[in-house]
Amino acid sequence: MYTEKVMDHFEHPRNVGEIENPSGMGTVGNAKCGDIMRIYLDIDENQIIRDVKFKTFGCGAAVATSSMATELVKGKSVTEAMTVTNQAVMEALDGLPPVKVHCSLLAEEAIHAALWDYAQKNGIEIEGLEQPKSDISEHDEDEEY
Amino acid sequence: MRRIIYLDNAATTRARPEVAEAMLPYFTEYYGNPSSVYDFSTPAKKAVQEAREIIAGSIGAQAREIYFTGSGTEADNWALKATADAYREKGNHIITSKIEHHAILHTCEYLEKHGFEVTYLDVDENGVVKLEELKKAIRPTTILISIMFANNEIGTIQPIRAIGELAREHGILFHTDAVQAYGHLPIQVDELHIDMMSASGHKINGPKGVGFLYIRTGVKIRSFLHGGAQERKRRAGTENVPGIVGLGKAAQLAFATMEERARHESKLRDYLMDRVMEEIPYTRINGGRTNRLPNNANFAFQFIEGESLLIMLDSKGICGSSGSACTSGSLDPSHVLLAIGLPHEIAHGSLRLTMSEENTKEEMDFVVDSIREIVERLRNMSPLYEDFIKKQKR
Repeated sequence: MYTEKVMDHFEHPRNVGEIENPSGMGTVGNAKCGDIMRIYLDIDENQIIRDVKFKTFGCGAAVATSSMATELVKGKSVTEAMTVTNQAVMEALDGLPPVKVHCSLLAEEAIHAALWDYAQKNGIEIEGLEQPKSDISEHDEDEEY
Repeated sequence: MRRIIYLDNAATTRARPEVAEAMLPYFTEYYGNPSSVYDFSTPAKKAVQEAREIIAGSIGAQAREIYFTGSGTEADNWALKATADAYREKGNHIITSKIEHHAILHTCEYLEKHGFEVTYLDVDENGVVKLEELKKAIRPTTILISIMFANNEIGTIQPIRAIGELAREHGILFHTDAVQAYGHLPIQVDELHIDMMSASGHKINGPKGVGFLYIRTGVKIRSFLHGGAQERKRRAGTENVPGIVGLGKAAQLAFATMEERARHESKLRDYLMDRVMEEIPYTRINGGRTNRLPNNANFAFQFIEGESLLIMLDSKGICGSSGSACTSGSLDPSHVLLAIGLPHEIAHGSLRLTMSEENTKEEMDFVVDSIREIVERLRNMSPLYEDFIKKQKR
């Protein structure tokens, strides 16, 4: 059901992990629907994405799109990273089954959410970047359990 | 071919060689139409009758109460729609449960659009229908109670006799979808007060594309497919003779080996459940520990998603299934897991493994080792697990 590239990125995902004190972090999706993606960005003073890591709860396509999205933004400037759309992620994976297209949208949103977090922290504006609707990062460290 | 460990026997089973062998002559030698007059068609006619008698005997019914269908789904559709139609004068209320197969649930939804009222009973945390709720749901207009014999996802066995008695007391017809139970559990329709029962061939090492509906004599049920006079004019269409022969053979063998199989499978099931629960943290068993089909194990692994787990198991040659949304083709996880009270995110991480007599303890060991490794890998990739661990550290 998946292309070889999707299977490759699912079985050998690139850039899995966390970044301590990231320049930006975004979490999108919903556990209720079965997909959550979190992206960590390490961005240098020239606004180049030096490193990127991800964690994903979701199906094979969710993992593969997160992995591919991190590959596509790594080494790019924050403005260039804005060109990594869900279309670009899907093309890079040689396509997704129609029911999985939302996974690529989620990957795009996750990147945007992390960039938004970075922009907010640094008081800058990134052209074309809007506040992500679905960022569910738990910034509140003292949340009661 | 690489080694396959097939643990999806609730989805379908391997046809026994004896079954395939019994079917073959009815394709190429005795291919006559059972409805024809000439003697050449006699073997086909006889074979269908023999299969009918075997199946009737297996549930304590009479041969003329067995109606062959194209599937368990067809039998379910028929039982519900035709009863609704025939008993419309008496009332328009049907009682079923929230954990039925979609063949029942979607048929009920269809009937609701056509003027019927349906009560979907809740189940307890193990998936057992609550009898008190059933009693309360009965109305003067109730014409049918349809409750599955055993659940296809979590294997829960329902209190069929008590439900049957209740239906009988109130003069309500009782149908049970026994697709997962027939050939795996003893079923006697008289003892259990079953008026109609659906079953399927390919769940008992028989062929796909054939099932049957038991209809107790006296139940007023309309024909479902209109056309020829087959199946006592109630289900038109030339009989699937090879399929029916295969179903009969499969039933015969299933009942001859039932106890032995159940012993073997439940031993494997308990071994698998014990090892998984001991070795993999943040895991639960869905459904009761004992009141379940002998070959059904169902787990929920927290913080991971079922489809990922299935694909990784597949790469090790292990075939299982999941109730996650990604495998159901919708955004919601399995209705059965939600009905027993699982939160969505945990229901997404479910895994069903259903054994057969062919599986071995060595296979279970390999399966548990594989699951443990894969679950750990997926958890290390999961933001939910990351959050959980961070919260624990605080």
